[in-house]
Amino acid sequence: MSFLHRHKGLTPYLLLLPGIAWLAVFFLVPLGFLGYQSLESGSFESGYTFTWSFSNYWDAITTYDEQLLRSFLYAGIATILALAVSYPLVYWIAFRGGRWKNLFLILIVAPLFVTYLVRTLAWLNILADEGPVVSAFQAIGLVAEDGRLLATGIAVVAGITYNFLPFMALPLYVSLEQIDARLLEAAEDLYASKRQAFLRVTLPLSAPGIVAGTLLTFIPAAGDFINAQLLGTPRQSMVGNVIQSKFLELIDYPAAAALSFILMALILAALLVYARIVGTERLTG
Amino acid sequence: MSESMTSPDVRLEEVVKEFGEMRAVDGISLEIPRGSFFALLGPSGCGKTTTLRMIGGFEEATSGRIFLGDRDVVGLPPYKRDVNTVFQSYALFPHMTIADNVAFGLQRKGIARAEVNTRVAEILELVDLAGRESRKPRQLSGGQQQRVALARAIVCNPRVLLLDEPLGALDLKLRKQMQLELKRIQHEIGITFVHVTHDQEEAMTMADTIAVMNGGRIEQLGTPADLYERPQSAFVAGFLGKSNLLAGTITGEGLVRLVDGSELRASTNGTRGPVSIGVRPEKISLSNGGVNRLAGKVKESAYIGVATEVVVTTSVGELTVFHQNVEAGGVAPAPGSQVTLSWAPEATFVVDRGDPGDRGEEHVV
Ligand SMILES: Nc1ncnc2c1ncn2[C@@H]1O[C@H](COP(=O)(O)OP(=O)(O)O)[C@@H](O)[C@H]1O
Ligand SMILES: [Mg+2]
Repeated sequence: MSFLHRHKGLTPYLLLLPGIAWLAVFFLVPLGFLGYQSLESGSFESGYTFTWSFSNYWDAITTYDEQLLRSFLYAGIATILALAVSYPLVYWIAFRGGRWKNLFLILIVAPLFVTYLVRTLAWLNILADEGPVVSAFQAIGLVAEDGRLLATGIAVVAGITYNFLPFMALPLYVSLEQIDARLLEAAEDLYASKRQAFLRVTLPLSAPGIVAGTLLTFIPAAGDFINAQLLGTPRQSMVGNVIQSKFLELIDYPAAAALSFILMALILAALLVYARIVGTERLTG
Repeated sequence: MSESMTSPDVRLEEVVKEFGEMRAVDGISLEIPRGSFFALLGPSGCGKTTTLRMIGGFEEATSGRIFLGDRDVVGLPPYKRDVNTVFQSYALFPHMTIADNVAFGLQRKGIARAEVNTRVAEILELVDLAGRESRKPRQLSGGQQQRVALARAIVCNPRVLLLDEPLGALDLKLRKQMQLELKRIQHEIGITFVHVTHDQEEAMTMADTIAVMNGGRIEQLGTPADLYERPQSAFVAGFLGKSNLLAGTITGEGLVRLVDGSELRASTNGTRGPVSIGVRPEKISLSNGGVNRLAGKVKESAYIGVATEVVVTTSVGELTVFHQNVEAGGVAPAPGSQVTLSWAPEATFVVDRGDPGDRGEEHVV
């Protein structure tokens, strides 16, 4: 106690200690191990040895460029769709929900109470060839007579959008809920129509929520493999599927580790570009 | 320019606003002449903000008509009304700089960028905020934010400026300073101001005309001197300044009999029956020079600088007297001494013997 009294400046660091230890043990150590693995060579039968095998990276990029690209494409589209779906929804809840606000929020989060796998399996039924969605789409000509939704990119993107919607909706809700309704009155008082008030006041003030929501959706979506596996075919497979099968089925650790690092680096690069575009001020609120 | 020069800037006709069962505004009619500084004064909850919001277009009147100039604006959204508001909470846009906040209205009106810049600079000069253009609202003090809110509204040069307790969040010293500042600005730009406040001193300092509101209605409308010298209800007499109210009955033209049988003179203007008569504490002298007289005994006296406040017990109740400290040291009578209170009939007003109201400071007997 007297030590802490004499060294008050240390207190914040001591408070940080458990967190730092956690990060070190459960993030940095595995990350280092993964990096080590990604530079190994050999085979499952003969065992892997560390050889600074940087060619693992080059091989991974050239072999799986298609899956990498698809991951970012699907994740990007799903993020935009999730934003487009949840913004009006959450806007309505925040400004018109009244005393039902919390109920609506629980409804948005409710799917998370069901296991990810089961939720995605449910979409198998929803999008089934004889199911109501396909029939309805066929009736209005959105899907050809003998066409299907399952086993297409559409199904995978729909699944990702659905599964990550709460991660978009919640931060958006928080930022919209915080907006003082009197600011919108002030905008209208200053000759802004409802539309202008939205574009000039509501939208910029909800930007932190948009940024947080897109990050929380895009990052895990880019590494997702469940949706492509259950709702798609190998022709829709994403980089997550490749990593998963290399790690667990082919036991090709170096390639899997190298792909993981490539994915991480690409996501980081995408983040940096994004931060540049929206401005770091918005990222930090 | 079909509009006649004499039409008032704001006209309300029997305006009513109900929130469910609650009647927040209960039939208000008034006219606010062009260029005037008009105050809506009343206790909290009497419907001032609601009235202002109906003029601004944020609340739809349940019934009645509202005119801005010659135009009936009922049903018109705020952005189509030629009025601007200084909100109680300022409602500055937190994501915009001061300059962008002030430019907002002009830009929405489609005014050319060069002119917007000039006018923003001019108005920031007027409210003494030049040099703060690129700050964000949260980087300014409360008083500065208040002036940004004012600048943002008046830069649009509206027909009417609505101010909802604009000084309510400021400390006393700054509030006094801003009262004079607002009056100067209003004088300089000549826009009609409608100022909502619950502070009678603020209303009297600033406004040319005051409407005293109570329970969703206008109790009395007039100049500050009118309201102070000739209040028409016990509520107004109590809400503006201090007054002594005594129960009595009008027995003849200009004659009121008090409960102890003594008679006082007042201008009764044809009223009859049970009334209260009132006199302001500073109008009473502790000598027997006036026409209206009451004998009493000093209960207590307190030296308050500009005057000595003397409470006198009489046979009709307690009266408060502000005895001017003309001589150095203040020679107020000591507690227990017998005094005669006297005042002029012109300083005596007659009001209905009604509910004195919740903020009243008068002594009703
Ligand atoms: N939106 C509303 N819904 C219900 N009641 C309201 C609403 N706005 C105001 N009121 C009520 O109307 C009355 C007058 O309110 P207000 O105009 O704000 O008074 P003031 O500004 O004089 O304090 C109050 O009793 C208040 O509770
Ligand atoms: Mg109010």
